Amino acid sequence: MVLPQALPHIRRLMRALLPAFSLVLVLGAIAYLNPRAISYFGFNLMLNLAVPIALATVAQMFVIAGNDLDLSIGPFIGFAGCVTATWLHDSPLMGAIILAGCVAAYAALGALIQLRSLPSIVVTLGMSFVWQGLAILVLPKPGGAPPDWLASLMSLQPPLVPFPVLAAVGLALIAWFGLMRTSYGAILRGSGGNASAIARAGWSLLKIKMALFALAGLFGVLSGMALIGITTSADANIGNGYTLLSIAGVILGGGEFMGGIVSPVGAVIGALTLALAASPLLTFLQIPPDWQVGANGAILIIVLAARAQIGRKGALT
Amino acid sequence: MTALKTLFARPWIWSFVGAALVWLAAILFTRFNGAGGMLSAALALAVFTVIVGVGQMFVITLGPGNIDLSLPANIGLASAVSMTVMNGSDSRIALGLVAALACGFAIGAANYLLIRALRIPPIIATLSSSFIIQSVDIAYGRGLQIKPPPGFAGFTEMQIAGIPVLAALTVLFTIGAAIALQRTITGRSVLAIGQNMRAAYFAGIKVERTCAATYALCGMLGGLDGALLAGYFRGANVDLGNEYLLSSIAVVVIGGTSVAGGKANLPGVWGAALFLVLLLTMLNTFGVSAGVRLLATGLIIVAVIAAAGGERALR
Repeated sequence: MVLPQALPHIRRLMRALLPAFSLVLVLGAIAYLNPRAISYFGFNLMLNLAVPIALATVAQMFVIAGNDLDLSIGPFIGFAGCVTATWLHDSPLMGAIILAGCVAAYAALGALIQLRSLPSIVVTLGMSFVWQGLAILVLPKPGGAPPDWLASLMSLQPPLVPFPVLAAVGLALIAWFGLMRTSYGAILRGSGGNASAIARAGWSLLKIKMALFALAGLFGVLSGMALIGITTSADANIGNGYTLLSIAGVILGGGEFMGGIVSPVGAVIGALTLALAASPLLTFLQIPPDWQVGANGAILIIVLAARAQIGRKGALT
Repeated sequence: MTALKTLFARPWIWSFVGAALVWLAAILFTRFNGAGGMLSAALALAVFTVIVGVGQMFVITLGPGNIDLSLPANIGLASAVSMTVMNGSDSRIALGLVAALACGFAIGAANYLLIRALRIPPIIATLSSSFIIQSVDIAYGRGLQIKPPPGFAGFTEMQIAGIPVLAALTVLFTIGAAIALQRTITGRSVLAIGQNMRAAYFAGIKVERTCAATYALCGMLGGLDGALLAGYFRGANVDLGNEYLLSSIAVVVIGGTSVAGGKANLPGVWGAALFLVLLLTMLNTFGVSAGVRLLATGLIIVAVIAAAGGERALR
């Protein structure tokens, strides 16, 4: 299973290709089980929820790039969705102000974590209650409606390529360029790789942490909006599953929990893989409803185990 | 005076102070009605958080990244298993408890296998396994409506002079766990691995075995908690453990255990568990809505953690 030590570049290449490979594998399985699904219309249906999942994964990626973890992104997306379906629909200006406030709240959270050197995992776990509570206060019962422009944007049917695919490619390119090809992107990732080196070079770790969290908040808000544009109504628990999906997507896409190692393109591919594996594949496999959650867990384990076998850096012993 | 000073230098004292403050706020609101009852109810409920909190604390102490997110699913499955084995008869209580422990042990061992053999990060490994456990529980426990044996249900809520027996037993268990952590080789190994796994390995500590034992222990405590919860709440349920995902982690951190590993704090688990339970009691006494309750709980947890501050944790 372990590749020879002498071939590090091949190992690196395989690692970079693994997310794409898992996606091809899942697509291949779907094509085998139901050839008709591989069509413009089929992709539109199957990747229905891929856009919000991909946005959530990119949001989580920014947090992970700084060696943190956001366990509140799911409820946060739910809250952003509730605001989208109520305030943004009824009084767009007020809604936009609240959503901008959400991004500011995320930046403030980053500042708090950096200033008090708090464990982000616990702070965000606490924040997940806050967002959930706020979501229930905004929308006690399921309902609401997205702004018209949002609903029509999400149901766009461009020629030849389905909208979710276009959106995913666009998102991957933007995130890739911003984080991997700009100098500040390198600084952001550097804060996860070697924070003291970045600080010695004269960068403010506080500003970096705030930027990373603000970006996470921004993409979280976009994810919530996209989600409501698709589902056309909100409910306070709508985003809860996104916490795990986003973390798994980042890791599946070749990211590491430590060291500022993330891959924006991989993360988007990971999110697409999960979106396909989560329900279309299981439906075609005719997995009974009782076992769908478990099958999701099993798929995660299989893909991540494959990734770890290829990417293993040398055991402890 | 110096005794007081050393007392306040302990990191766990603040969780007890917090618990006392919340309790005072609640009984001021009720004008001292039911102050004692509130305390014994809080003790009875805190037990369930403490048991899983201790398991979680051992796992977190193993070092950065180590965490068990499968506890809620574990509790759900173990509650169903134990109730089925007990089958409502008092003579099978011990058998049911053993079954719950075995179920938890299997889950803990499986978790460690995923982490070690397949090299999946613990946070994802335990979450994925919790999905599978949940599915097993749904398929196995569907329509399961077995009441706990009357003797067992009575035991979980038995009180002597206002003190729940289960709470007293759990205090003894916590003291035992504290001694095991600080005074036994296995306990010291857990701390050493949390401080520096490589150094611990080179010092001849059996890293693999200790980590495996720790995850298995955490699983067993989750299983035990499932059986006890099913007794206390009169039946097994898939969602029985849901709230213990957050609370098991929160009590560990609020109680002064380092998330970076290598520094555990057992008394703090009790203080933090009482704090969380009394916080909910207080908010319920104030009669706030579900949304406000969640909001306030979250804000207070974040505020407490921010006030306590942290060393440079890894995450």
